[in-house]
Amino acid sequence: MSMTIDELRRILVECAGGDETAPELAGDIAEVEFEELGYDSLALIETASRIERDFGVKVPEDRLVEVKTPAELIGIVNGQLAGAV
Amino acid sequence: MSVVTGVGVIAPNGLGTEPFWEAVLAGRGGIGPLTRFDTTGSGACLAGQIADFQAAQHLPSRLLPQTDISTRLALVAAQWALDDAKVDTAELTDYDMGVVTGNASGGFEFTHREFNKLWSMGSEHVSVYESFAWFYAVNTGQISIRHGMRGPSSALVAEQAGGLDAVGHARRTVRRGTPLVVTGGVDSALDPWGWASHVAGGSLSTATDPARAYLPFDAEATGNVPGEGGAMLVLEDPEAARARGVPHVYGEIAGYAQTFDPPPGSGRPSGQRRAIELALTDAGVTPADVDVVFADAAGLPEQDRAEAAALEAVFGAAGVPVTATKPLTGRLFSGAGPLDIVTAVLAMRDSVIPPTAGTLTPAPEYRIDLVRGDARPATIETALVLARGRWGFNSAVVVRSVDQ
Repeated sequence: MSMTIDELRRILVECAGGDETAPELAGDIAEVEFEELGYDSLALIETASRIERDFGVKVPEDRLVEVKTPAELIGIVNGQLAGAV
Repeated sequence: MSVVTGVGVIAPNGLGTEPFWEAVLAGRGGIGPLTRFDTTGSGACLAGQIADFQAAQHLPSRLLPQTDISTRLALVAAQWALDDAKVDTAELTDYDMGVVTGNASGGFEFTHREFNKLWSMGSEHVSVYESFAWFYAVNTGQISIRHGMRGPSSALVAEQAGGLDAVGHARRTVRRGTPLVVTGGVDSALDPWGWASHVAGGSLSTATDPARAYLPFDAEATGNVPGEGGAMLVLEDPEAARARGVPHVYGEIAGYAQTFDPPPGSGRPSGQRRAIELALTDAGVTPADVDVVFADAAGLPEQDRAEAAALEAVFGAAGVPVTATKPLTGRLFSGAGPLDIVTAVLAMRDSVIPPTAGTLTPAPEYRIDLVRGDARPATIETALVLARGRWGFNSAVVVRSVDQ
């Protein structure tokens, strides 16, 4: 099991609003910074909480405050998932 | 001096200032059976619901997961008020714009949903946005963030008097040197949890006919009806408003006062009379200068009696026209006072006093000139707006016309 960019996109929209088909979210957002996408630190806390429920892994707080892009967040989640197996 | 340069209304009988005002003059109300959930067995069934508001049509989708319905309504009313005043926030200095709102209920519906999750699924399911979505200051905060207004800002909580207190404090904020303040109040608590609190308050009408449910000063008054919505105003220093080319000035917030009632059982009279007298003094006017009073109009005999007595004490028997449009909207909590201020400035503009809808037979013991039936033509230069809140809050605002 691993998390894809599309799954993260869905979670972001569910947690903090936005539109999956909107130009700023629809394209390749993996390397775009969350700040540029319009998701602030609170949105990321909400996202981490949803990831924990959906994927059963906890993103450590100290790493969450440093994470800048979707790719980084997916890396942390999938790293945990791999380790959890 | 602080002048009203923009208004935004979201009421159960009208979205937007002119639709609301047309409804008021036509006696068209927004009270009906509460439809958001089954009220059977709760003892009351009527509310002033805003039926045709789709938040997603008015607000960015990013704001929706973090806002209660009351905040959504407040954000839209604030936007409309700023549009009305033709404020371009990009052309003003962020610290020269403040936000002061009143709030009585917080984000009831949002919190009800999150508490439901907490109870049934566990704390990890509670939205992080609950941390502020419930909060009395949330409307001030969200308006401030959305429009980049970093000047002095605050939130006032005084039950149903808090909306007038917000306007009073906004006036003070302008006088202290902030050129522009967005102010007013919007409340909504018509979810099951909010409804339970309304019912527990013990003041709700148990009538089922919307036209006979809320009859202020009527001999048959037995209670009132809660509603949702309110109004936001743009309050400005006149010089600053002129400097940026304001399109119109609705009127001046000329006076304000707030008092508390003595403790229950003390035998001393309500503090409302003192609030009226202090507000008139603050405005530098006498009772004879007042052309109309927008009463709190509780629709409960004991409170109607106290308000009628306060009005008679200040103005003499039937000494001033008194009206209340609340029977068309229900009681909007912090939204009521600001909405009555909007009604007052529109009454000034159009030289007409809207009638107290619903009330047919005023109790003869209340010696007040209650405007009923048709709207009454009148030249209005000075209006007094009153609001009372549970636990003894009394607030009064004097609105005065301004030479254009």
